[in-house]
Formats: sequence, C-alpha cells, structure tokens
Amino acid sequence: MEDIIISVAQRTLIAGTPLLLATIGEVICERSGILNLGVEGVMAIGAVTAFIITFTTGNPWLGMIAAIVASALISIIHAFVSITLQASQVVSGLALTMLGLGISGLVGKPYIGKPLAEKMATWPIPVLSDIPIVGVIFFDHSPFFYMAIILALIAWFVLQYTRLGITIRSAGENPRATETQGISVYKIRYWCVIIGGALSGMAGAHLSTSYSKSWIEGMTAGRGWIVIALTIFALWNPMRAMIGAFLFGGIFVMQYLLQPLGISPNLLAMLPYLSTLLVLFIGALYDSRKLNAPAMLAEPYRRGER
Amino acid sequence: MNIKVTERIDILPRHSVLSLGFSLGAGLLAISSIFIIFGVNPLYAIAKIFSGSFGSLYGIKETITKAIPFILIGSGLTLAFRAKFWNIGAESQLLMGAMFGTWVGLNWGPHLPAPVIVPLMFLAGFVGGALWGLIPAILKVKFSINEIITTLMLNYICNEFIKFLIVGPWRGKTKHGFPYTDDLPVSATLSLIPGSRIHYVTLLIALATVITLGIAVYRTRFGYEVRVIGENPDAAKYSGIDFFRTTLIIMIISGGAAGLAGVGEVAGIHHYLSYPESISSGYGFTAIIVAWLAKLNPFNVILSALFFAGILVGGDAIQISLGLPAATVQIFNGTLLFFLIMGDFFLKNRVTLQWREKGN
Repeated sequence: MEDIIISVAQRTLIAGTPLLLATIGEVICERSGILNLGVEGVMAIGAVTAFIITFTTGNPWLGMIAAIVASALISIIHAFVSITLQASQVVSGLALTMLGLGISGLVGKPYIGKPLAEKMATWPIPVLSDIPIVGVIFFDHSPFFYMAIILALIAWFVLQYTRLGITIRSAGENPRATETQGISVYKIRYWCVIIGGALSGMAGAHLSTSYSKSWIEGMTAGRGWIVIALTIFALWNPMRAMIGAFLFGGIFVMQYLLQPLGISPNLLAMLPYLSTLLVLFIGALYDSRKLNAPAMLAEPYRRGER
Repeated sequence: MNIKVTERIDILPRHSVLSLGFSLGAGLLAISSIFIIFGVNPLYAIAKIFSGSFGSLYGIKETITKAIPFILIGSGLTLAFRAKFWNIGAESQLLMGAMFGTWVGLNWGPHLPAPVIVPLMFLAGFVGGALWGLIPAILKVKFSINEIITTLMLNYICNEFIKFLIVGPWRGKTKHGFPYTDDLPVSATLSLIPGSRIHYVTLLIALATVITLGIAVYRTRFGYEVRVIGENPDAAKYSGIDFFRTTLIIMIISGGAAGLAGVGEVAGIHHYLSYPESISSGYGFTAIIVAWLAKLNPFNVILSALFFAGILVGGDAIQISLGLPAATVQIFNGTLLFFLIMGDFFLKNRVTLQWREKGN
C-alpha cells in the first residue's frame, strides 16, 4: 500500500510537470495582455522537435533546447498577427493550434513507432533523495520537474516584486499609461508571447522525451487547452499554477489507477476534461467578480498617434 | 524607411474582394513554401489538390458531399461568431447529433417507414447538437465561464463517450466484435443522387438553413440583437436585449445545425456509428475557417464550404499520391486562417511606406 501511495504521488508530480511549465508561460503571456490559444499546437511543435533532435543526436538536452527555440519561433507568428496587426487573438490562437498540430504531424510521421534509446535521465538529488518516502516522491525526478518548480518561483517573484514584473502587468492592465512611461508595449508583449511559447515547447519536450519516449501524432491530447483553463484557475499567479498543475497531474494518474476496478477506460479518459469543467465551475461560483484577469486581456492595443 | 498606418475610413466592396484575393494568394504562397521545406513540389501538390477536387466529375461529386456538413456547421457558426460566442465545439455537437440520430434510427427504424423515421432522426440530431451547445451557453451567461474552454472540453468528453458506447453497450451484434453499432435499417438511411454519395435530403436542409439564417441575420430583430451583442455588449444591456435568451437561441441553432450534419453523415454515408474520427474528419474545426472566409455572412458560406470541401477531397488525393499524413490539411487550414485575419488588417488600415533619411 505504501508503495502504491509513493508511486502515485511521484507520478502525479511527473504528469503535472508539463502542465505547470506551459501554465507559467501562459500566465506570463496573458499578464502582458495577450491571450494565446495556440498552446496546444506549440506544445506539439515542442514535443516533435525534442523527439526528432533527441532521436538523431541521442542527447535529450539538445532536444529540449531545440524544442524551446522552435516553439518560441512559431509563437512569433501569433505575436505579429495579434500585436502588430491587432487581429482577433482568439482566431489567431486557433490558427496557431491548427498549424502546430499540422506541422508536428507532418514532420513527425517518419518517427512514429520508433522509441528513443534513452529518456531524459532522472537526477536524484544527493542526500535529500535518501530521505524515506519524501525523498522518492519529491527529489528523484527528471530535470524538467526541478526546472518547472524553479521557473514557477522565478516567474512569481518577477511578476510580483520586480520592476520588470510591474511593467509586464501594466502592459496588460493599462497599455496606454505604460506607453507614456516611455516603455514599448509592443516590445513587452512580443517578449511575453515568445517566453510563453518557449515554456510550452519545454512542456512538449517533457512529453516526448521524459514522460514517454516515443512520438505519437496528437500526443498533447488536449493538455494545451487544459493549460488555458489552469491559467484562469491560477488567477494568473504562477504559485497557484503549481496547485492546479499537480491537481491535474493527479487526475491524469487516477485514470490508470482506477482502470483495474473495471471502469471503462473511455469513461476514465474523460476525467481530466470533466475536472476542467468542474474546476472552472467552482471557480466561477466563489469569486466570479473578483477574478484577477488582466483588464486588457485579448484587447488589441493600437499605438496612439493622436 | 518608415511605415505609416492610418485607419481606412471608407471600406468599399472592391477593397474587401481585393483583400480576400490577396489573403488567399499570399496564403497559398506560404503553404507552398512549407511544402518546399518538406521537399514536396508545391505546384504539383496544389495542382493535385484542386484537380482532385474540382477536376473531375467524381471529384466534384465528392466535394459537394463533403460540403454538406461544412454548409450546415459553417452557417450556424456565423451566427455564434457574430455574437462573439466562440463555439469551438461544433465537432462534438455534430457527434451528439450523430449519436441521437443513430439511436432513433436503430430503435424505431425497423417499425417506421422512411418518411416518418428520417424526419424523426433529423429532429433527434438537432436536439442532440442543441443540448450539447446549450451547456457552454448557460455556463457562459450565468457563470461567466469562458466558452472556448468549455466547448473544447465537451469535444473531448463526447469523443470518449462515443468510443465508450461503440465498444460497450451499443456494440453491434452483427459486427463480429468490431467497435461499431449495427447497421441502420434501410428505412433509416438517406437515398443518394445516383452515381454519387450526395445525400440530397441533407443538402436541401443545409441550403434551407443558409437561407433561413441569411434572412434572420439581415432582416430580423433577432439578427440585429445578435450583432449588437457581439459588437457592443454594453449597449445591448442598455437597449433591453435579453442576453441570456439570445445566447441560448444562438447556441440552439448553432449546435442544432451541427447535429443535423451529424445525422447526415451517419444516415447518408456510414449507416452505423463508429469511431468519432471516422464519422467526422474534423468538420467542426474546419467549419470555423469556413465561417471566417465567408466573412460571417451565411450566404457566402455555400462558396467557402465548397472551397474547403475541395481542399479536403484534394487533400485525400495528395495524401495518397505523395504519402503525406492527414495533418497536412491542418497546415493548409491554419495558414489560410492566419492570412485571412492578416488581410483584415490591410482592409481596415491604409499602410504606406515612406522612405526617409535615417535619424529623421
């Protein structure tokens, strides 16, 4: 029994890691005022890039870096269309998802059914990982997990307590006032979209080189959309994003845990999506008016000429 | 060099046509460069797509067949998108329609003649799609829950539920263990135009939907309310428009139309319920672009539906001849959608380049 609890807790953290990475990215992006619905597609780009590079070089770190670069690059399209051209961010994000899923399907096709020789290795933290129970649960993970936690802390600190964070938030709350401070709102928003994309790409890399070690078309399985919901659930706060991401990690693990009980795997596969609805519903019940949403989220900003 | 952007005050019809033409042209160029990157000759691929879909009688018949769900879903979506209700769930509204329609067909079909059972199936499909569409509508208006996420989550939930049905309680006794329902009785299938797969009853329903919605949007108070809700929700509240009621009606129509398309696919083409991916080849998602290309005008949907049906049919052709995966169509769609919204920028703004000395 103890073994099961330890393994469930550990797998919960693993399954929550890509959700956390991408949610931090989306929080940063939305804080600057840009809604990016392309996460699902960008994550797929990250997953396929990481897989191909790891497969050919044998080095998962190179794979991860390539995934970050590719995802950041493809996110620039969304930045250009929604910031420079002030187009509908909803439509642009949907287009990015289609493009990302399409490209990943095309380039990934030759790699279907070819597993990696080597996954991203786990890094047991010296001393700490020797602690009974707690050590195995928290300190014996792939680097993705530690990076996700550290990045969440950094993002929270920067957004909350630094000048840069105030600038990012003010770009999302009151871009015109930000501009009068001599800061380019466009530049801030571009960088936030790019960073958001990079983090989604890292999440994708986790899926294809650490969580599993193979590429399947559509392996993101709606995680990108769950991330959009988690961003709202987190009230645009990277610390709360941790709670949400690992909660959902647990729900992903629960599917496999409940299968031996004879429940249809198809019904169990609904769990994450049903829980997303439930989480949004509970969130809406208790503080729908005090939602912390950036005031100018998804509103195109036109640099003032008059 | 200096780029100057000013808002265009007078947008003439020829501006719209020009921007549309340029968007499509630039989109095709971008798609070509993607093809080149992946070592596919773009001229060959694009020629193959359009000759596959419009270049032969067989292609044209297939294109019309696939245009049927696009017309139904796309025209329903124009209504939702006009009200800025982002219904991304048409895919599962279609599947719900297919599910409800199949149930009625399987259970009542053996006892009823075609003129009774077919309308009943379409009615059931409409109800199924509408009910599935009402959930996000209620959640949005009453609880301000973002409809993009809810409609998407309902897609995944519906997908799994259909799979549960076909491997479990609905699995056909005559299907030798394959995960399909039994065949619909003959009276519950739609007749086709001879020599094609065009189930004309659904096509007629689709065209009637377009005309009804076209009139509703441009000629009725309801259409006016839909537009006001989308363009200026505050004004809508002050002018006494019932937000809740109008949103519900929009989603009953939008979801219901997708449900009708689902019945058409099952009763007209497949004749049994099977995996979600085989019932719908992403119709609900592509229809988003169908509606957008139509500039949210229900009448234009007929043309843009034929265009995207052509890409789908031609896409099948290049998948076979060039060995490309099905995802290629998504690249096509995503790129075109990007260029369509980019075109809107150049339609709304006048962009001029000014050459100047540096430091000026």
